[in-house]
Amino acid sequence: MTVALAFDIGLGILLLAVAGWAVAACSTYAATIAFIVYGLLLAIAWVRLFAVDVALTEAAIGSGVTGMLLLSAAARLRVIEPAAVAAGTPLRIAVGISCALISVALAAAILFPPDVVFTLAPAAMAHLPESGLGNPVAGVLFVYRSLDTLLEKAVLLLALLGVWSLAPDRFWGGIPGLQVYRQRNAILIFFAQILPPLGIMVGIYMTWVGADHPGGAFQGGAVLAVMWILVMIAGLRDVPPIGQRWMRLLVVVGPVVFLAIGLAGFALAGAFLGYPAGYAKPFIIVIEVTLQISIAVTLGLLAAGPPERIQPQ
Amino acid sequence: MNFALNIFTVLAVAAGAFFFLAGTVGLLRFPDVLTRLHALTKADNLGLGLIVLGLLPHAGGLLGALKLIGIWLLVQLSGAIVTQLIASLTRQDGSRA
Repeated sequence: MTVALAFDIGLGILLLAVAGWAVAACSTYAATIAFIVYGLLLAIAWVRLFAVDVALTEAAIGSGVTGMLLLSAAARLRVIEPAAVAAGTPLRIAVGISCALISVALAAAILFPPDVVFTLAPAAMAHLPESGLGNPVAGVLFVYRSLDTLLEKAVLLLALLGVWSLAPDRFWGGIPGLQVYRQRNAILIFFAQILPPLGIMVGIYMTWVGADHPGGAFQGGAVLAVMWILVMIAGLRDVPPIGQRWMRLLVVVGPVVFLAIGLAGFALAGAFLGYPAGYAKPFIIVIEVTLQISIAVTLGLLAAGPPERIQPQ
Repeated sequence: MNFALNIFTVLAVAAGAFFFLAGTVGLLRFPDVLTRLHALTKADNLGLGLIVLGLLPHAGGLLGALKLIGIWLLVQLSGAIVTQLIASLTRQDGSRA
């Protein structure tokens, strides 16, 4: 048995154990921590499968941003949770059976693959140079399946609308209820001053390098969002009210530019989301840059939560 | 020369792994939050530092080596900050209780 195989087996066992911990943990907080650890371990598993793009997304979105959202939800639930009624046994059994069926179906698909695996990978790689991109994942996201990517951003906007719609009428357009550090903490302020310059550089680099190497607008945008949240939590900048026009413009600029270039494809390339021959790369860069801004602002606002007051504290 | 570098790597990474092991034992065995944090920071600083030191000859050039050192510095920074924040929260809770 090679060292790499022993590592992979150990990682697999650890993943299963942490997943079991997340399900079995008695408090919401402990389950959330288990979920975050699980996401980080899963990112390592993706690296072992040579899917670095997926690993970066899992670490940044799956574990990082989602973990933060779940943590803030757990903090909110702490007040009302003791009084909550636990789900009944029939419901628990039904959920367990559904999960088991999905697991069995997935296992069957992996253990008994079809004799001839249908794949578009050679065709995708053959035409990749025409897009000016070097990373096949970026090629799929912005050329072959760009409609999926566009809809993904629409889903992100819908999620933000969902969070905002939780606001009571009297606070509409007000300031999100992000939990900021009450006392000004010198250490946290130092951290929020020293890390963002580096983090912003890394976030922009991740998006830029995504054309030829693992990375991309989503991962880079998540890093930017976290830097913004850090600055807000430390109290260096106020949480902006959701009614502010410049902020709403930043939220929609990415999807709108993406859609506009997609519509222009009818005239320039004869198809929705088509790029004129030879100009694919510049169009993709414009889309990626604006998308990164929108993703960063949207993720930051998702973490900030629904508006809870009108006046700054 | 190559042999000596490999010996150096094995020794440094093994020493780093020892600090991670000791830090984990401390995290599990120490009685309160502050001593557990103390154990944890040893793993972050010395453990990761020694592993990075041991891997430097195999980083594939100056840029790779600088990236490894950068990662170590970032982990040290975030580890130190988070430890301070947890410790100050613990002290606040202690004085209130």
